[in-house]
Amino acid sequence: MFTYVVRRILQSIPILFVVLTLVFVVVRVLPGDPAVAALGDYASKEAVEALREKMGLNAPLWLQYIRFLGSLARGDLGISAITGYPVAQQVVKVLPHTLELTFCAIVFGYLLGIPLGISSAVKRNTFVDYFNRVFSLLGLSVPAFYLGILLILLFCIQFPLFPVVGAGDFSRPVENLRHLFLPGLTLGLLMTAYVTRMTRSSILDTIREDFVRTAYAKGVAERVVLYKHVLRNAMIPIVTLGGLYAVVLIGSSVMVEIVFSRPGLGKLMVGAIKQRDYTTLQSVMVIYAVIVVMINLAIDLIYGLIDPRIKYD
Amino acid sequence: MEETLIMQSQRRKMWSAFARNRTALIGAVVAIIIVLVAVFAPVLSPYDPLAQDSYARLAPSSEAHWLGTDDFGRDILSRIIWGSRVSLIIGISSVLLGLLAGTLLGMIAGYYRGKIETTIMRGIDVLMCFPDLILAIAVTAVLGANLVNLIITIAIVMTPRFARLAHGSLLSIKEREYVVAAQSIGARVPRILRKHVLPNIFGELLVAATLWVGVAIRLEANLAFIGLGVQPPTPTWGNMIREGVDVLINAPGISIYSGLSILVTILAFNMLGDGVRDMIDPRLRGA
Repeated sequence: MFTYVVRRILQSIPILFVVLTLVFVVVRVLPGDPAVAALGDYASKEAVEALREKMGLNAPLWLQYIRFLGSLARGDLGISAITGYPVAQQVVKVLPHTLELTFCAIVFGYLLGIPLGISSAVKRNTFVDYFNRVFSLLGLSVPAFYLGILLILLFCIQFPLFPVVGAGDFSRPVENLRHLFLPGLTLGLLMTAYVTRMTRSSILDTIREDFVRTAYAKGVAERVVLYKHVLRNAMIPIVTLGGLYAVVLIGSSVMVEIVFSRPGLGKLMVGAIKQRDYTTLQSVMVIYAVIVVMINLAIDLIYGLIDPRIKYD
Repeated sequence: MEETLIMQSQRRKMWSAFARNRTALIGAVVAIIIVLVAVFAPVLSPYDPLAQDSYARLAPSSEAHWLGTDDFGRDILSRIIWGSRVSLIIGISSVLLGLLAGTLLGMIAGYYRGKIETTIMRGIDVLMCFPDLILAIAVTAVLGANLVNLIITIAIVMTPRFARLAHGSLLSIKEREYVVAAQSIGARVPRILRKHVLPNIFGELLVAATLWVGVAIRLEANLAFIGLGVQPPTPTWGNMIREGVDVLINAPGISIYSGLSILVTILAFNMLGDGVRDMIDPRLRGA
């Protein structure tokens, strides 16, 4: 087990390395001069040149690349030329909000989606099943920002129960939860739709298996067959696909953060693009990629834990 | 002769499965209607989508403006009708481009194996380390936001998905007798891929393409909502929702109606995609 974990972690390193290189290249080919972006179009040539020197943009590309990797290794994300603050400081401030939002949505999605998916599969082709299927199809189709706007119209304008913008302070849990409710619900409903759909199809696939028929044939009670034989096996794709959807959800969280003007990585990234703040953009992209690589790693490890057929050697 | 009969009967079974699948039929009908609306936009739209009427700003629904007007007094219905063009053009062309590039890459990787496979598939892994929207935002920032660039951007996001799918499907059929037979009689690689491999994995790719048109349309709407889509005053659904948010309290209709157009379009393609999958996958037929 230990060797497997170590080997799997080591496998992620080259991928991460290429990802970092890609981010470095993308940010370098962005149109416009970062120094001009920071100082404005009317800045003097000398001022722009001085800032370029200070930002290390006059160094040859390979040196910039080595410096970029070196600072990342030290956890230094650089200083934003636009805000003048260290990027790491900004990231540390907003990252908990993004993680809080996505975590809530994933938990909400699994808590609601698995029972819905089970009821759909068990009561196949009944009203319950049709209702759940329509619900999950709607959830798969609706853009996150549109669902957010509809919820704002309902819960902030029609019935003003929740605040529209911003995020609460972590030191005040009640206020924080009130702020989290609508964004969390938006993202959570999307996750519920995904989980419902894959739970249903995974259970329907498993129910057809021979071992389920054998269990019924030897007279095992329906509940036991369902929970012990079907659900345990159906969980394997639910967990793996769940990780995939978690990645989709992180993408959607960008839109939710923008609709609800909620601080977070997504809002930081979009702001950075609009202000041509390349240092921040580069860091946020790296962080997103690291999160995805870690999710993929976690899925692979969990996969082995819940699927007894996989041996770690 | 017998073979033709079997194929005909197979095809008939597939179509009857499709026709019996009500979800797929509704999806297909709605998708066709939306495509027709986009094609005949100049005939159908009651007003010029860019024409401003300063006397009728933020007007509610009326006989003159069925869905009201926006902040510049432009007719919302006309803008929604014209907006369908941008969504469909970007959605469909980017998926086709991604299908082409992805299938080619996936097939080459799966067929040749070895170093070529490693290089291509690791490249795909790297692109898939970014959530779709993050990758799309970054690429749009590099290329700039106009119709052609958006198609390229979304195609870049779609390519890895198709490549993985094509690669996986190809590996599963590569050792089949008919492929080995073609190899042994000396057929060349492009011919084997085109004549023997592609027809057998095309069904799966087609299902994914139909479903991913919805994903592409949503991605375009997301970019437009952020302000990185086709730039105003061109009417796109995403732009319209964003403009509507500023006047959400006074005229919620702008955002609601344009968002509904996106939702219905994506829904139609998803329903159609589900139906085509059931039609092609014989295990699900009649299920």
